Amino acid sequence: MGVKQRRKPERATGTRRVLLLHLAHARSGDKGDTANVGVIALRPEYYPILVKQLTVRRVAAHFRGMIEGKVERFELPNLHALNFLLHGALGGGGTLSLKTDAQGKVLSTAMLRMEVDVPEDLRVG
Amino acid sequence: MSRVVRVASGQGFWGDWLEAPIRQVEGGPIDYLMMDYLAEVTMSIMQKQRARDPALGYARDFVPLMERVLPDAVASNVRIVSNAGGVNPRACADGVLEAAGRAGCEDGVRVGIVTGDDILDRIDELLAAGHPLANLDTGESLLAVRDRVQSANAYLGAWPVVDALRRGANVIVTGRVTDTGLTLAPLAHEFGWARDAWDRLAAGTVAGHINECGAQSTGGNCLVDWETIPDLANPGYPIVEAAEDGSFVVTKHPGTGGRVSVAGVTEQLLYEMGDPANYITPDCVVDFTSIRLDQAGPDRVAVTGVRGRPDTDSLKVSISYLYGYKAVGTLVYAWPDALAKAQKADQVVRERLRRLGLEYEQILTEFVGVNATHGRLAGPPDPNIAEVQFRIGVRSRERGPVERFSREIAPLILNGPPSATGFAGGRPKVEAIVAYWPALIPKSEIRPEIEILEP
Repeated sequence: MGVKQRRKPERATGTRRVLLLHLAHARSGDKGDTANVGVIALRPEYYPILVKQLTVRRVAAHFRGMIEGKVERFELPNLHALNFLLHGALGGGGTLSLKTDAQGKVLSTAMLRMEVDVPEDLRVG
Repeated sequence: MSRVVRVASGQGFWGDWLEAPIRQVEGGPIDYLMMDYLAEVTMSIMQKQRARDPALGYARDFVPLMERVLPDAVASNVRIVSNAGGVNPRACADGVLEAAGRAGCEDGVRVGIVTGDDILDRIDELLAAGHPLANLDTGESLLAVRDRVQSANAYLGAWPVVDALRRGANVIVTGRVTDTGLTLAPLAHEFGWARDAWDRLAAGTVAGHINECGAQSTGGNCLVDWETIPDLANPGYPIVEAAEDGSFVVTKHPGTGGRVSVAGVTEQLLYEMGDPANYITPDCVVDFTSIRLDQAGPDRVAVTGVRGRPDTDSLKVSISYLYGYKAVGTLVYAWPDALAKAQKADQVVRERLRRLGLEYEQILTEFVGVNATHGRLAGPPDPNIAEVQFRIGVRSRERGPVERFSREIAPLILNGPPSATGFAGGRPKVEAIVAYWPALIPKSEIRPEIEILEP
């Protein structure tokens, strides 16, 4: 199940660390107090990297302190995409939320702040 | 050449671009124009409006738009399907007929009304019959908030709209019909799809998901290469060109801005997605992991391979209830030490509220420009940041504490930290919170009704 370390996973040799922004794009929305973040590989060859690195555990760690509930992940290999549900992400959700981003519209780009390890020779961007 | 049916999207929500439906009708050949107006809490806003005036309770923007659109639509045989009817489809339909009269085309308009979704008056009956209308998120019975319920509507699917089309309506206004049903219905009607043609119904539902947010599938809010997307001042809204087998192409009118790309359509497919293999609608269950997308030409994305499964026995019900009150106040602090001043202002407000003995269910502070959208992920701000907006909100079950809070922002301009500005909006507005309560009900309890108004 991917990365075992809780924080700051060691970078494997022959890899470099890049912002997810350079490997994927994303769109997010809401259902009640749950936000969904769809993460889509910018190139098909990036998809396996996303599957391996964007584990539920790493995404939950990324958003630690910002969401109250659990993280769920669904795979859409046909679209080279992963869909994440972030439960308890919207301060009550819908009309209850006091947040600027009450509908989780820009949790998409918050997700793209993650860092992932890619093979040293991978063409990025 | 197999026949193609073109369903154009004209509105993605109540508040969307008013020019879009007109440009869809004038910009090239289409067969249907769908217009989606309803979000989760829209029905409660409409219910409140109807309580004040029995002639209201629907998307009022729809009527003047019809006055502009109908002459062309009638002349070129474009039929219009919309859930603008809200909680008062009959009044909306009357408005459409009057608009057609003003536009001089009433002889060509047959308005269809789809109702039966509104179960507000049946709640006690349904509870007594053993339907708990339990909250899908918390499991709690509706009894917990029964006396505060404002609206209750079952989500109807495409079939009642198909019936109205069969009976010759060319403008159909509905209550709570699903967003996707507004696109699926014209396709099911035109191609005579069977009620168990699951793959076709699923394909029409995916077409609906792409159409339901307007330009969000044609280059709006699209992150990929966003700065190169042409002419966002005149974005083409999506048009689905569907074939009998359910395959379809997403495109837009020539000469419009925006972009129809695999990237943009994929973003929209994932928008507000739960479990993609089980996308449940009243009409079928769609497997979004079956969808295949291909760039079929400039501004043309082909969608094929969609698989569906039988519908479930229940309908989702959207219930709204009065929850409490909230208010949000803001002030802008300028350089130097903009963030430190905003943080001090936050401490001051909270301390004043505390000394007044006021308590809230939640107090939330954000510093816009620093952490409002991405929280701690944004990292530390530039110490020389030019300005920071201090934004503080409170929520309470009672109106009083929120009302008092709304008077605690302006005084800071003179009696708080220096360099505050940006208070042109006046005191924060105290808003009643109408909250959303999703539930399920057996399909057998809901009876859609169709009425056709003759010109």
